[in-house]
Amino acid sequence: MPALPLDEAGKYVAGAYVVFVTLIVIYVAILGAKIARIDREISELAAEDEE
Amino acid sequence: MYSKGLKPLSLATVVTLATAMALVFFYAPLDADQGFVQKIFYVHVPMAIVALCGFVAGGVMAIRHLRSGDPSWDMRAYVAIHLSIILGVGVLVTGSIWAKASWGHWWVWDEPVLVSFLVVFLLYCVYYPLRFSIEDPERQARYASVFAIAAGAFVPLNFVAVRLAEAYTHPRVLSQTGGSLPGDMRLTFLVSLLAMALLFVTLWKLELTAKHASMELKKLRRKLNARVAA
Repeated sequence: MPALPLDEAGKYVAGAYVVFVTLIVIYVAILGAKIARIDREISELAAEDEE
Repeated sequence: MYSKGLKPLSLATVVTLATAMALVFFYAPLDADQGFVQKIFYVHVPMAIVALCGFVAGGVMAIRHLRSGDPSWDMRAYVAIHLSIILGVGVLVTGSIWAKASWGHWWVWDEPVLVSFLVVFLLYCVYYPLRFSIEDPERQARYASVFAIAAGAFVPLNFVAVRLAEAYTHPRVLSQTGGSLPGDMRLTFLVSLLAMALLFVTLWKLELTAKHASMELKKLRRKLNARVAA
């Protein structure tokens, strides 16, 4: 197949890079939520210990 | 424990990723054959290489787990495989996009490189149901390690099989003799590969840190509950 013109190739290249960035962002967001939950539980535990 | 050196590593990852993106879009020349679409190569191939190396690394960590009996090696292997599967999803999707742009089809079943990666990916998808179908943590870790070693050994075998079937595959761009990748494209590719490897290690350490903190928290809660009960 001949090379696609820039305007048509652009959407495929953008699509590929968006997929990569989206995967990483979703992964980091899930991990961030997990770390926030741990942080909250540590605070609760500290409060329980003080009681 | 696992968070040691995480900050400088994260910084190095961000800088290398930004450099790689700048090289891809402002330095590497357009491919004479594929044109702009070839830019997908700089995200797709490093992601595939790092994912496959992650699977093999998971197998090596599983060997260490079985030899030492230390559950932390099982956790390391689990996180490496988990991350590689996520990258594997990226490889399959970006590969599919590249195939559509280059060959006019989203998937080509007679392309050994694509299909062999799919086989490896599907093999590792079995890892989760196998692992989580076992309740006893020790048995779970042991069985998961055995699987990780067997599957990890399959990855290089699969790679060799595809190389042996070279006559039927798409052209090899990287080889010991230099391949057909010109200098500026090669530099861009190597920086992209380094960025992807750093990203993998950073996320691996980050997830291990979170898992370790979660386990320590559970231990503390148990201790506190026991103290309250006493």
